[in-house]
Amino acid sequence: MLGEGIIKGMLETAKNFAGSFVSEDRLTTVEYPEQRIPTAENARVFPFLVYDGSDWEAGMRCVACQICEKECPPKCIYIEKSKDKKPDFAGKMQIYPTRFDIDISVCMSCQICVEVCPFEAIKMDTQFELATDDRFGGLLLDRRELSKSNEYYHSIHPTEAAEVDARLAEEKRAAEAKAKAAAVAAAQKAAADAAAKAAAPKIETPAPKPPDAGGQ
Amino acid sequence: MSVVETKAERAAGWNRPPAVEPEGEGELLEVAMGPHHPSTHGVFRMDVALDGERVVRLKPVFGYLHRNHEKIAEGASYLASMPYTDRLDYFCSLTNNWAYALAVEKLAGQEVPERAEYIRVILAELTRIQNHASTIGFLLQEMGASGTPLMYAFREREKILDLFESLTGSRMMCNYMRFGGCRVDLSAAWLEATKKVVAGLPAFVDEFEALLTGNEILMARCQGVGVLKPDLAVNASISGPMLRASGVNYDIRKVDHYGIYDRFRFRVPLGDHGDVYDRYMVRVLEMRESIGILNQALQEIPAGPIMDAKAKLRGFRPKPGEAYGRIEAPKGELGFYLISDGSPNPYRYRVRPPSLINLTVLEDMCLGHNVADVVLIFGSVDIVLGEVDR
Repeated sequence: MLGEGIIKGMLETAKNFAGSFVSEDRLTTVEYPEQRIPTAENARVFPFLVYDGSDWEAGMRCVACQICEKECPPKCIYIEKSKDKKPDFAGKMQIYPTRFDIDISVCMSCQICVEVCPFEAIKMDTQFELATDDRFGGLLLDRRELSKSNEYYHSIHPTEAAEVDARLAEEKRAAEAKAKAAAVAAAQKAAADAAAKAAAPKIETPAPKPPDAGGQ
Repeated sequence: MSVVETKAERAAGWNRPPAVEPEGEGELLEVAMGPHHPSTHGVFRMDVALDGERVVRLKPVFGYLHRNHEKIAEGASYLASMPYTDRLDYFCSLTNNWAYALAVEKLAGQEVPERAEYIRVILAELTRIQNHASTIGFLLQEMGASGTPLMYAFREREKILDLFESLTGSRMMCNYMRFGGCRVDLSAAWLEATKKVVAGLPAFVDEFEALLTGNEILMARCQGVGVLKPDLAVNASISGPMLRASGVNYDIRKVDHYGIYDRFRFRVPLGDHGDVYDRYMVRVLEMRESIGILNQALQEIPAGPIMDAKAKLRGFRPKPGEAYGRIEAPKGELGFYLISDGSPNPYRYRVRPPSLINLTVLEDMCLGHNVADVVLIFGSVDIVLGEVDR
């Protein structure tokens, strides 16, 4: 019969229309911004810099190695290295960035900077409501604006952040153990040297020059 | 042919003789459809010459969305091109990732672990389903069914995009595959959620078919319109659902056995007439076959690593050589041709986009039809301008 297909299709829409009053599954519209769906845990929108502790400048994990700057596909990262050094999370002296800019009008949130960072310093944010009326300055984020605490990182990507913390703690422990072992070895060596010196027969010779004094 | 002009045609310019003899008296009406026309899926222009309502000449004009993808890739590292491939065909970023990863893996001789292969198949088939659903939605939109079929398709697409987001972090620009595997592993919870979505898909396709397949208006508008003959389709190197709608049995999943597709049981739907209706029907049937593949893959997915142990992210330098990796993307054969000279960036990087090549027969399909049918035929080709212009 002509028109049968149309009637069948109309029935389908009628079913959906009526169904939207009774079934949650059929009512798919979310009235943003009054209603919001929680973002997925893996969601990513633009990178930020993680810092430990409460002071963003002292706790910044970034050591200005510039790997992200090199690997970034659209080249939206700009880094300037510091002349001096500051201690990192494990107490080792490291260079830090005096300037770290990300132009988020260029950034495409591809996450490659996060993947290549060996210091767990740059991570992806989930904040997407970033509209601004200043299209140049407002979209060029400096290191202060990019810095966010490790607690914030934990709040947006809990699973990933826990893994990162475990990895960093392991690294720190290894570094400390190494330092301790080095200290112990140095102490042992010093003790052994002293013992050897004490045991050695005294010969009257002029004291040798310290080996590293030559170039100074 | 419409895209590659002969020297004489170029000299004659727009004044070349019409491909179809105009009937009746009077001058031809020349219309530029696009580049800002809602039916052109982006920025694309069709210069048509009309004899009354009849199309006697059609010239596709593209390049409005040219973004220099290939040249940028030649100056960037292999990894840095991966997120750019998302932006070729922005409906199917995961299959684009796969095609590029496949080409690089061939070039570097990397192995992909079992689990990663399964993940790739699952994601590619989900991509195919959401692409075909929205293509049909857009086709109906262009036919004048404003909204309903498209919204039904988008409702389903939304569920699949949510899966993509929870796995890859992004809904459309997934940037998920890496050379020698995948970026992150999928969790048991994700697998459960996917099984739930896939279990609901047959009901969606049934609903979609009840809404559309038997519809008399759709049949009247689509049947016998925009016929593409199999020999022309093969000669013009058409691929994908458009080729199969013309009755040519050629599916790269079956022909090339890339990935692990030879392990799955699925059929290749073929059309008889090569008209718009066949193209619609082939897509619907392909969705059903994809659901079958998904069910098998979700059942069989093994545990194990997802990355080749030898693969490294930084400092990737494949040895000199060349490779062509191709897959059956939802729109057709998507291939990446790479030449390496041993440096960190490819010496030559070439994309074989299905959308562009499928567009080349547009004039042959449109001649003699009405203007309203041009919109329809164009919609049935299934293109994304990001991939046409690159």
